Amino acid sequence: MWRRVLALVVKELLAILKDARSRVVLIGPPLIQLVVFGYAATYDLNHVPIVVVNQDQSAASRDLVARFVGSPVFRQVAAPHSLDQVPELINSRQASLALVIDPRFTRDLLLRRPARVQLVADGRNSNTASLILGYANTIITDFSLDWMRDHGGLKPPAILDVRARYNPPLNSQWFIVPGIVALLTQVVTLLVVSLTVAREREAGTFDQLLVTPMRPIDILIGKSLPGLIIGVIEASVIVLATVAWFRVPLLGGLLPLYFGLLLFVTAVTGIGLMISSLALTQQQALLGAFLFMVPSIVLSGFATPIANMPGAIQNLTLINPMRYFLVVVRAVFLEGATFEQLAPQYWPMALIALTTLIAAGWLFRRRSY
Amino acid sequence: MIAGSIGRLRGMLRKEFLQIGRDPSSIAIAFLLPAVLLLIFGYGVSLDARNVPLALVVEAPDANTQAFTAQFEHSRFFRPRYFQSIQQADRAMIARQVEGIVWLRADFSRQLQAGAAPIGVILNGVDANDARIITGYVQQIWANWIAARARAAGSPNPTPVSVEPRIWFNPAVRSRDYLVPGLIAIIMTLTGSLLTAMVIAREWERGTMEALMVTRVSIVEILIAKLIPYFILGMGGMAGSVAMAVWLFGVPLHGSIAVLAAASALFMLAALGTGLLISSFARNQFVAGQVAIITAFLPAFILSGFLFDIGSMPVAVQIPTHIIAARYFVAILQTLFLAGDVWTVILPNMAALAAMAVFFLGAARSIARKRLD
Repeated sequence: MWRRVLALVVKELLAILKDARSRVVLIGPPLIQLVVFGYAATYDLNHVPIVVVNQDQSAASRDLVARFVGSPVFRQVAAPHSLDQVPELINSRQASLALVIDPRFTRDLLLRRPARVQLVADGRNSNTASLILGYANTIITDFSLDWMRDHGGLKPPAILDVRARYNPPLNSQWFIVPGIVALLTQVVTLLVVSLTVAREREAGTFDQLLVTPMRPIDILIGKSLPGLIIGVIEASVIVLATVAWFRVPLLGGLLPLYFGLLLFVTAVTGIGLMISSLALTQQQALLGAFLFMVPSIVLSGFATPIANMPGAIQNLTLINPMRYFLVVVRAVFLEGATFEQLAPQYWPMALIALTTLIAAGWLFRRRSY
Repeated sequence: MIAGSIGRLRGMLRKEFLQIGRDPSSIAIAFLLPAVLLLIFGYGVSLDARNVPLALVVEAPDANTQAFTAQFEHSRFFRPRYFQSIQQADRAMIARQVEGIVWLRADFSRQLQAGAAPIGVILNGVDANDARIITGYVQQIWANWIAARARAAGSPNPTPVSVEPRIWFNPAVRSRDYLVPGLIAIIMTLTGSLLTAMVIAREWERGTMEALMVTRVSIVEILIAKLIPYFILGMGGMAGSVAMAVWLFGVPLHGSIAVLAAASALFMLAALGTGLLISSFARNQFVAGQVAIITAFLPAFILSGFLFDIGSMPVAVQIPTHIIAARYFVAILQTLFLAGDVWTVILPNMAALAAMAVFFLGAARSIARKRLD
């Protein structure tokens, strides 16, 4: 039996790898994407264009402006004297933030009255707006504390001492790049597996396969192993690039990572086979792969946290293997997680893999004849 | 000549529409896919942290710590859980039960008198964006607490600058309001490119393209006959998505429908052009599908500025974003929905979309002709 399966695996791999275009598709774009996305997919802000309206023009207000302009986060694009130009600059997206300092700023500071500073952010991207306001608030708070210290004011009763564990520089690349390992592995594996049966059906060679001595289960295994092999190899290359190129710290061992990877790729293969045995044409298979893939990426926690989703959607993510593997990759990379800590992620993936493979086998037999 | 061309076109169009009618998967890609995706994205994608589970470690509870922790109890951002020791809170954080720890040490009240008592804030930094947003919330709470304390004591505020933050166009800071318009662009990229790429690759694969070529139908007529039905399908999907955005997700639409329709038509032409180009390179459905996903969907998701700020990317990455049609469409949609008809944003982006549509359609045409020889 195994020799027959092996022959089919070799044939499948040859079919995929001998076609120059599919070969390019499997190797080129994922690597380009890793590099482009690794640099592009970041929530960190820098060079945010700001417009400064300093109506006070005193030493104190100039000090505050200097703190903004000197920060790598902000870049001053205009400094008009009146407020009139602010709406136009924000509307046309030339500036994302306006810093407006009240004419009585210094007087109020000296009189120990609240000195007013207005911040206007472009809310067309409200996440960026919140982050910009966060950075601006930090600068203004530092200014306040320094001013009070220099002018003999009160010390604040307490100060915050914020530390981020596992990712002290709060570099979002460390969050996104390990996520790409899961993302691209899923895309490649799912496409390879889901189109494999449909392609033979369309070419008419599937019937030939069925009249060979191979049993449906042999065909099923022979069809799933190539996807598995390609998925694991692809993932290994990306893991290597994550460590060697992006310098994301890999604190944990490769063993817990690869154990999770194997479970993940098996689960994705099971899903791909289910799609493949249901689809009659490649277009249907591709549509099926898509209808699974896009929601599974969106609802995985890859780019936006699962905790922010409504309760019903959070429950839906429980059947998404990528959700678990993302935790595994990030935990192994950044937290140095062990087998024991990752067990809650492993068993759901194993369960999904088992269920989808059994379902695929059943569907496959019913559709074969 | 012209009359013959129109006759041939009509025949081709009839064939295309019949084919679409018979294979439900094209209609599914055009209408079902956008609706399902918009539902999932619209509900699933949110960057607004609410009810963040937070560990509050109060080593020596008294009136002072009570005043501080009460601020967390009343905040809609946090769901606090109390711990007696930092070790317990640490274990909860490693087990992912809490996302951060706020730590008031045993001598907190004593240090308050001297001033600058340290409040430890330990966050799980793995998700850096989330950690930053949570830091912002904690800072807000801290500033409120300081101001309230100063007021109660009748002393001046130790943080004298009062900040009035305003967020224009989206004062409630609902991330859904800007994500849903962006999503429409992503989803329409997907349906536009995938539809045409697959359909033409299928003709090549089945050998019916060659059959078409020996007829008197010219290559331009074939391309136009392919474009028109899928353009109509795509615009239908677009209209459905906008209706869902406005009536289901309650996103305000400040701009005019006419501008929206014009921008959508330009964008749809660019997306269909990309699909045509892919299919004339790929010629088989497997490769065409892969290339459509990898060159259309994923870049639109990450490089269009709908989620990640383009201005903050390295310059080398900013350059390729210019050849992604979704980038211009996202900018137009976010402005049209949230701000209105701001011509300084809309006109340059529409010009870019028009240029891309011309480029992709022209490239598809010249490649298709070459292959005929």
